[in-house]
Amino acid sequence: MSDNLTHLQQLEAESIHILREVVAEFNNPVMLYSIGKDSAVMLHLARKAFYPAPPPFPLLHVDTTWKFREMIQFRDRMAAECNLDLIVHVNEEGVNRGVSPFTHGSALYTDVMKTEGLKQALDRYKFDAAFGGARRDEEKSRAKERIFSFRSANHRWDPKSQRPELWNLYNTRIKPGESIRVFPISNWTELDVWQYIHLEQIPIVPLYYAAVRPVVERDGMLIMVDDDRLELQPGEKVEYKSVRFRTLGCYPLTAAVESEADTLPRIIQEMLLTRTSERQGRMIDHDQAGSMEKKKQEGYF
Amino acid sequence: MAHQSDLIESDILAYLKSQEEKTLLRFITCGSVDDGKSTLIGRLLWDSKMVFEDQLAALEVDSKKVGTQGGAIDYALLLDGLQAEREQGITIDVAYRFFSTDKRKFIVADTPGHEQYTRNMVTGASTAQVAVILVDARKGLLTQTRRHSFLVSLVGIRNVVLAINKMDLIDFDQKQFDAIQRDYEKFAAPLGFASITAIPLSALNGDNMIEASANTPWYSGPTLMGYLENVPVAGDSRGEPFRLPVQWVNRPHLDFRGFCGTIASGTVRPGDEILVASSGRTSRVARIVTMQGDLPEATAGQAVTLTLKDEIDVSRGDMLTIPDAPPLHTRHPEAHLVWMHDEPLQPGQLYLVKTASAVTPGRVTAVQYVVDVNTLEQKQEPTLGLNGIGVVRLELDRPVSFDPYRNNRDTGSFILIDRYTNATVAAGMVITAPVDPDAVQVTEFTPEVVVCEDAAPVRISLSAASVSASGASVVDLSSEGCAIEFEISPSFIEHLGKGNRVLFRLKDLGQLHAVALLAFQQRLSFEFDRTAEGISILVFRRGIKPVENSYADTGTSI
Ligand SMILES: Nc1nc2c(ncn2[C@@H]2O[C@H](COP(=O)(O)OP(=O)(O)OP(=O)(O)O)[C@@H](O)[C@H]2O)c(=O)[nH]1
Ligand SMILES: [Mg+2]
Repeated sequence: MSDNLTHLQQLEAESIHILREVVAEFNNPVMLYSIGKDSAVMLHLARKAFYPAPPPFPLLHVDTTWKFREMIQFRDRMAAECNLDLIVHVNEEGVNRGVSPFTHGSALYTDVMKTEGLKQALDRYKFDAAFGGARRDEEKSRAKERIFSFRSANHRWDPKSQRPELWNLYNTRIKPGESIRVFPISNWTELDVWQYIHLEQIPIVPLYYAAVRPVVERDGMLIMVDDDRLELQPGEKVEYKSVRFRTLGCYPLTAAVESEADTLPRIIQEMLLTRTSERQGRMIDHDQAGSMEKKKQEGYF
Repeated sequence: MAHQSDLIESDILAYLKSQEEKTLLRFITCGSVDDGKSTLIGRLLWDSKMVFEDQLAALEVDSKKVGTQGGAIDYALLLDGLQAEREQGITIDVAYRFFSTDKRKFIVADTPGHEQYTRNMVTGASTAQVAVILVDARKGLLTQTRRHSFLVSLVGIRNVVLAINKMDLIDFDQKQFDAIQRDYEKFAAPLGFASITAIPLSALNGDNMIEASANTPWYSGPTLMGYLENVPVAGDSRGEPFRLPVQWVNRPHLDFRGFCGTIASGTVRPGDEILVASSGRTSRVARIVTMQGDLPEATAGQAVTLTLKDEIDVSRGDMLTIPDAPPLHTRHPEAHLVWMHDEPLQPGQLYLVKTASAVTPGRVTAVQYVVDVNTLEQKQEPTLGLNGIGVVRLELDRPVSFDPYRNNRDTGSFILIDRYTNATVAAGMVITAPVDPDAVQVTEFTPEVVVCEDAAPVRISLSAASVSASGASVVDLSSEGCAIEFEISPSFIEHLGKGNRVLFRLKDLGQLHAVALLAFQQRLSFEFDRTAEGISILVFRRGIKPVENSYADTGTSI
């Protein structure tokens, strides 16, 4: 706590402290890498925290098989450039049952391909700590979560009995089978993340920048036609528009916004002038009130 | 998000530049149940235009469904994000929210008022620089107002706002406002706040939140936002003695050994001499390593990697410090303890004590006293129950480096963890460390009394011969009846210069003058302690590695 540092320097130091604490105290940590801007910042912070060593843990991507193609290319490039092990996990059971956002609805699809997939991967590799790039300013229940967030052996979060978390003294004690989810950028805002990407010149997936892309309008949202699995419904037609994404996920569930912002400063400018939150483009949040809390209790990030 | 600045549209790069220079203020809201803490933050977010359209739409729906304002906007619902909170209309756990104005960035922790959730309030307070303590103008001070105020002062928050809320329900009555302010100032006098700023508010309607209210023409102080934007951000510890708790040792290959950690206070540059507090060994800083090139200097708050010129033994749990102002290194800290668990403290039972970087088994040996949060009086009680606050003595299995919490929040704090359940059961703040009883080799020394006339002081001569043992020796003056004076031989000073320490046992404060004079004239340091037997003063020369004592640092058996 010091006023000689800028607010971004303070946030950076806090995050690096958290990353190091995990590496010092846990046997088998992993970083959940979702390929988005928050993951990009988290990975960059990890590289700084352990320099000149590479971050001493693997990256884990839970692949729903519906990610944008550009995300997958970017993921593989970053893992190679940063000299990190990349574990890609797919819930094969879900794939075998043909679970897709179109046929099973976004709620079940997310539960099977993301939440179940994540729990499978954590169990298989016996990770005792998992870094996630969630931020408290994203959503009301995230605003309530600890930086070191305890999970039972069944990966459940109990929001009513979180451990007190004082100063920067994190309780890292767990029993076999239990784990901790750690959120190093809890206290960053969307603006902080963009500003930091700008200042530190952190590479991000090109989908964040505006470009002319094929989209269809569905339920008032612009969905990008990323491959031929997107079946057009009656009356829908593919249009070419200059669009970009405020947040990245599975392409059928992530809405694009019309935009001309093709540089970082212009993206930030647009973000500052907008009247809606970044999660608006995420369909999973709209299913029901308190849905994020429920998903998190069940093991979602 | 409608940030006010026109710069966003006209010159985004200039705007981004201006953002880099903003200061960051962390604050909390606290106080008793239903005093309006969540509403106050919700209103601040609203008024500083931090609520997005989609969130607003959700808020309108929620307010109708579970709101406490009969369908009108219930700002608390912007904060109370857990299902259980919305159903009960209360806050259970702390919520962290973020907003900014043209002047500052803010991180605010909205804490629960219910006594049951005090631990969550302490969680929020531990990282805050300012506290907004709410009072319901109809009710005045309540037990929780006092408990939270005491906790706020304990965690080292120096500037507080006394937010007298719900003024709309008492017709903005100035008399009532003044009476509450007077009550509070009286209660809080012993808490030692640097400033208490009372503001008449209606969090619900926005009076004196951002703009001065027409309903309180008698009030000329700042609005809440005005206060928050201008209160000095405390905590610049660049000038304090250097402290780096070592968090992790980075060894990517044989030629690199970097010591990683967050600088708790002070400044460091390559070439600086540093001391490892646990071993007394010294070295010099070789480099301050970062991915973007070596740094010429690093200061408090930065997370750094240092390399040293010599191959000395340093590991996680050690503290790197400047040699001439080392921290306490002790097994027996005395500390404020806030108990946060349903099961009361078990004195004598082993807990894990987690400090800035070390985890050490330890036990509470004695509860010195418990504080009554209503009267701030000290009571004798054998233990601490849920939400109890007291002063305790600890015994750690091995010595740990600390500073008094009032000097350094990062190196003076610790938590206690239950070994069986892994629950965090208490928060601790080090007050001091009395002289380690087992670190003192008692060589009884009977002072040579030169004269003892009636009113004249007793002259006591001190020489190396009288305190020949190495380590610490005791000069017992507790049986001397009258005032004392020292006759000091150069050998005695030389003895201290070698890192030896001398413990003076005094009968009363009247004898302190002679010891203080000795320290002043000879440029020595001393530590003061009040014990059951009387007063003890440990005299030593700062900056010199203490001579090892005969006791082993291996800790007591478990
Ligand atoms: N009339 C009036 N009502 C208020 C004011 N501030 C808050 N309230 C109401 O007081 C009730 C309690 O407000 P909250 O903000 O939930 O109180 P709190 O202090 O956060 O409560 P806990 O967190 O559960 O301790 C709600 O019904 C609010 O709408 C005010 O200034 N005037
Ligand atoms: Mg509340």
